[in-house]
Amino acid sequence: MTTLLPSTDQVWDWLSEVPDPEIPVVSVTDLGIVREVRWDEGTLVVAVTPTYSGCPATAVIDLMIETHLREKGIDDLRLERRLSPPWTTDWVSEEGRDKLRAYGIAPPVDGTASDGMTAGRAARLSGKSNLVIVCPRCGSNQTERVSQFGSTPCKASYRCRDCLEPFDYFKCH
Amino acid sequence: MPSLPDAATPDAAALAKQAAAHQSHDPHVADVDLQPALFDWLCRMGDNSLVLGHRLSEWCGHGPALEEDIALANTALDLIGQTQMWLALAGEVEDAGRTADDLAYLRDTSKFRNLKLVELPNDDLAVTLMRGFLFDAFHFELLKELAGSSSPRVAEIAAKALKEVSYHLERSSDLVVRLGDGTTESHERMQAALNRLWPYTGEMFKADGVDEAVAEAGIAPKLSDVLPVWQRTVDDVLSEATLAKPDRKFDAQTGGKQGRHTEHLGFLLAEMQFLQRAYPGASW
Repeated sequence: MTTLLPSTDQVWDWLSEVPDPEIPVVSVTDLGIVREVRWDEGTLVVAVTPTYSGCPATAVIDLMIETHLREKGIDDLRLERRLSPPWTTDWVSEEGRDKLRAYGIAPPVDGTASDGMTAGRAARLSGKSNLVIVCPRCGSNQTERVSQFGSTPCKASYRCRDCLEPFDYFKCH
Repeated sequence: MPSLPDAATPDAAALAKQAAAHQSHDPHVADVDLQPALFDWLCRMGDNSLVLGHRLSEWCGHGPALEEDIALANTALDLIGQTQMWLALAGEVEDAGRTADDLAYLRDTSKFRNLKLVELPNDDLAVTLMRGFLFDAFHFELLKELAGSSSPRVAEIAAKALKEVSYHLERSSDLVVRLGDGTTESHERMQAALNRLWPYTGEMFKADGVDEAVAEAGIAPKLSDVLPVWQRTVDDVLSEATLAKPDRKFDAQTGGKQGRHTEHLGFLLAEMQFLQRAYPGASW
């Protein structure tokens, strides 16, 4: 007797229902951390890439994906950790960016990932950073960085000079 | 590792084996002749990030400002995450059934392969930040080269870690400049920190048989090639920070890579390894 396996499109849809444990408004597919879904004979293989290598949410994400897919009737399942290519915020979907903004987190500004170079340092020291982060609450571009790090590894802390509210910026990575 | 338990997969060893079976093929991992040197070298990579990560985590709850506290803890988290990748690969290369956790929690000081620089106590924030900068400048350049390693497994870990270490270097060089070129007191403290740490920096570039073997295999760069780039970064940042490069030998303190450590490492491990030593095999 053969059982009809769900299509990988169907599995992707199910995965889009799995929230990120730290920022529950976005799903694991919005974040771009699900890299592949495939059937290996009767085994469903889901390849997941970590965001930051020490992010404690990684284990929880694996658990949530597994639990959700089992609830959908997938019994034979294997999760693979994929390191290469390393995760980048370029993979955060447009929809994910809108959801972040609505939740009060400024989405990443593409192409501004840290490169370890000192040019960026000089610009920042003189206060003339060309990186403009728009306040997700009032839309002002008069914002300033409070700290390069925030409540989770993927975020930095900012403050709006117009509405005076603090907010998180999802760092370009 | 001090992270959340992987409740879905309690059998970490079996999972690691399963994952290894699906990894991209890497001829170096199973190279018997290279195995002792590669294992040692991977322990050096993992132990540097583990010991420095642990030192930085000691600041958690003690930072001078909330933002600094968070930044130090986040940097520690990155480094400990990188440790998991390096030591897991070391265990795989060793092929004796040891996991990253076994290597981190059940080795004694003489088996640790980290630089002496990273095991020194935090002392004040000046020493912590200056040590961070001196190491980050080396770590960044090394990882950049390793991202092009002849070993695909090493290259993928390096590429992942590099993105995080770029951030560490930007932040630490920023702070060295701000505090070096800051108040009289911050300047004096940063200069004292630099003078104290300087004799420990040369160990990063002092190659031994292990370094030569992995360089020969194309896995890692020659340390003598990393040195001039590090010197350039350090010179630039120190001069902007109005700090004077110490006029003394930079490689007076070596031996950590071969397992000859300062007395400080034992105290660090006593705290870090306590739980696994007192309750062997304890899990969440």
